[in-house]
Amino acid sequence: MKFFPTSLLARVWIVCLLAISGPVIADEGPIRVGVLHSLSGTMAISETTLRDVMLMLIEEQNRKGGVLGRRLEPVVVDPASDWPLFAERARELLSVHNVDVVFGCWTSVSRKAVLPVFRELNGILFYPVQYEGEESERNVFYTGAAPNQQAIPAVDYLREVEGVERWVLAGTDYVYPRTTNRILEAYLKQQGVADEDILINYTPFGHSDWQSIVSRIRQFGSRGKRTAVVSTINGDANVPFYRELANQGVRAEDIPVIAFSVGEEELAGINTGPLVGHLAAWNYFQSLDTPENKAFLERWHAFTGDQRRTANDPMEAHYIGFNMWVAAVEKAGTTDVDTVIDTLIGIQVPNLSGGMAEMLPNHHITKPVLIGEIQEDGQFFIVDQSEELIAGEAWSSYLPGSRNIKADWRPPISCGNFNTETGTCGGAQ
Amino acid sequence: MVARSDPRRSPRILSAWFASLLFIMLGATAFAAVPGGDLTAEQLERLGERNLRVVETAVADIAASGSPVALEVLRALQDGRLYRRDADGVMLVSVRVGGAQVYSDPLAGTLGEELADADVTLVRVSNRIRRVLSAAIASLSLDSEDPAVRLAAARQFIDSPDSALLEAIETALVDEADGRVRNELEVARAAAIASDPAQSEDARREAVDRLAEAGSNRARRVLIGMFIEEGSELDVRRDAAVEVIDRNLARWQQVQNLWFGLSLGSVLLLAAMGLAITFGVMGVINMAHGEMIMIGAYTTFVVQGILRGISPALAEVSLLIALPVAFLVAGLIGVFIERTVIRRLYSRPLETLLATWGISLILQQLVRTFFGASNQRVETPSWLAGSMEFGQIMITYNRLAILIFALVMLAAVILLLKKTPLGLHIRAVTQNRKMAESMGIRSDRVDMLTFGLGSGIAGVAGVALSQIANVSPNLGQGYIIDSFMVIVFGGVGNLFGTLVGAMTLGITTQLVEPSLGAVAAKVLILVFIIIFIQFRPRGLFPQKGRAAE
Repeated sequence: MKFFPTSLLARVWIVCLLAISGPVIADEGPIRVGVLHSLSGTMAISETTLRDVMLMLIEEQNRKGGVLGRRLEPVVVDPASDWPLFAERARELLSVHNVDVVFGCWTSVSRKAVLPVFRELNGILFYPVQYEGEESERNVFYTGAAPNQQAIPAVDYLREVEGVERWVLAGTDYVYPRTTNRILEAYLKQQGVADEDILINYTPFGHSDWQSIVSRIRQFGSRGKRTAVVSTINGDANVPFYRELANQGVRAEDIPVIAFSVGEEELAGINTGPLVGHLAAWNYFQSLDTPENKAFLERWHAFTGDQRRTANDPMEAHYIGFNMWVAAVEKAGTTDVDTVIDTLIGIQVPNLSGGMAEMLPNHHITKPVLIGEIQEDGQFFIVDQSEELIAGEAWSSYLPGSRNIKADWRPPISCGNFNTETGTCGGAQ
Repeated sequence: MVARSDPRRSPRILSAWFASLLFIMLGATAFAAVPGGDLTAEQLERLGERNLRVVETAVADIAASGSPVALEVLRALQDGRLYRRDADGVMLVSVRVGGAQVYSDPLAGTLGEELADADVTLVRVSNRIRRVLSAAIASLSLDSEDPAVRLAAARQFIDSPDSALLEAIETALVDEADGRVRNELEVARAAAIASDPAQSEDARREAVDRLAEAGSNRARRVLIGMFIEEGSELDVRRDAAVEVIDRNLARWQQVQNLWFGLSLGSVLLLAAMGLAITFGVMGVINMAHGEMIMIGAYTTFVVQGILRGISPALAEVSLLIALPVAFLVAGLIGVFIERTVIRRLYSRPLETLLATWGISLILQQLVRTFFGASNQRVETPSWLAGSMEFGQIMITYNRLAILIFALVMLAAVILLLKKTPLGLHIRAVTQNRKMAESMGIRSDRVDMLTFGLGSGIAGVAGVALSQIANVSPNLGQGYIIDSFMVIVFGGVGNLFGTLVGAMTLGITTQLVEPSLGAVAAKVLILVFIIIFIQFRPRGLFPQKGRAAE
């Protein structure tokens, strides 16, 4: 057992000290990169890893000689899983530390909280987590999956391969699951699924008593048609949920659960034996068998000094986002925010699954969709991979409110919610 | 058929099992010429194909071969024990003997070879293959020695009724001695007959009646899937049978909800018991109570890690060993907090609230720094995993254990307070401090011990809750509000009130949840308590007499 990842802790300390004692910005000084991830509170479990991967990427870039001949300097702040604090810390990064770019946020609430700050102070935010879509901001680059890059392909997989006809949409009660389920419900109905074959269920954050809900799912699933659970259950609530499934004897062969928020990091804390066969849809799995991924994992394990440290999808998103930003700055020859925002569109960098990720005009990127089954060792067995990269859609075409909305940040449109019917910007309801 | 048992059941019978495996494999090579009983290396190798369709047919072929090795290979594939040797592509079955992983070639009958992890690749299966496997294994395991295996096979037959299996089911029924298996086999026979339109009308009608009698969800699924001419007599009979089953299931649903409620109540009781001492008896608004639970859970994690390091067998009883350790650890931390902080704040409730809340944040961050922010993995010992069936409902062992444990703890705490000198002192000090002091009781020492006791009990609760909750720094946060609700609702200072309060809240939540959803259930409970407190500010069982003033 190892309680103190000493080398990492020490590094984090040094970085924090550097951040505090940094001198007043001179143009020829280091380029400052803000890292806005919770290191304490409920979200620390997921976000701490992203801070670590950012430190690794920055360290590697510095070893290669930095960007534009200047050193990169990470500025790490801790918004402590507190949404209003996210906005304050973002302001601090942009106006006190004068960072040139920020990598951060996890939950949609935290992203929504920092949006006004980035708009007002004209910053750049790279957001690495799969989210509900229905948004495209000039100052934000979304490197995680939009619903059409995760939720819809996952449902298609279940319909086609597993022959699922009856659906439980289970989620935590907040904006991401609610919007995703709204899109999925509309999509399923469009595919001819009847009302009575869809069960939607929301639970509070950190819900721990799943007995009656699992029992209800079990009953819903025993009506003759093949049933699956599409889970947007977030964070800590997942562990007791899967445990209850196993205890009540619901096997993946009977009622598979496909999750959008359960990755390698989340599985690390639980006994995966009873979960084997349940699914997850992501754009990256640690078990990907590509040379790019192998090299990345090697560097990650060397950096953290822990051979068992897991890698997950949002980490890859930061990897892509960071490389895109570096490429854009080098292409533009400046870190000037407006220039970099314009240059980023069209930038292509390799992803870890062997393809190229491209930044699209709607500030989303192209991604492959992977479906994995949970294995005994906490890794995923990839059972399906999309043949082509899928372009991220900011506005879902399945929702009546956003069908005519399009995002394109290139002139002449230069708008995040352009209504193609009326031809005006600001068309989203 | 050779006598065999499931290798995972007990390490003691492993050697016996291994000997019989050897016997089977020798048998396989010796009788390779049995008609339809030969299995080729090529067939086995196809199990490792990437194309899942090929694997699917390979599983069916192997099952149909009738070879004695087939079951062994398919089981290994299902359990994730089938490996491919990278050098030559030969399929190997792996078994754990003692501490070593040994691989054997099921066809050649080579035994006990130890190979490096890098030389073999695990053959992975997807859900689709797992489904095919379950059916294939069921058809091969009707004559297993283990009733549980036969029961699983019979259920598999009900799930995928096939009249081609009727003969096999009849044969199995002839010498089936186990009542439960026999029952399921009869249902399986009925399912096979009912689902086959080629069977006679009379036979099918009888089968429908038998399915209705079974009353289970499984039987209901067969009835719904039956191919029947619409409006025929059989159709009407089928609809009636489905209705009978639905009524039966609805009744069981009530029982199930009640059980869920009791179980949730016991969790609340366990979480609130320590607070019943620190807040209920001493009157300290202890916001760090949840963190004591969390510390108990982390103690379990550490104890388990140490014991597993010594011997895997000890890990099975690690929870029992963790109980006293967690009591001591949490209790000592409680004593330390009382000595350093709370002692200075008696009779200043608002400051106590703020100070203990601060302590809770400090404890959380300390744990986060030492153990990391991720969840820690506390294993469930095998005697707590799984569930048993009781009629049409499922009772999971860990919940049952927590219910019993909570009641035992409650009894122990009540006994401690009512029947021991320490309990007498605690009651004396809380009822009238001045009087107790003048009788020679060192009241500050009693305060320290009482707070330590309350914290220790919270620690013990943490051991139990590590089985159902996430062991993370935030563990305590999830229980603190519920705990206060239980205490205030049940009546401050009354342990019996805590029991009734916990059970009432638990059962109400679970009864409301199915119809209104979990979020609404939470809101409703809160509103209910707010209204209740308006009318009975002292809770269900208020303390009487001068102590209450």
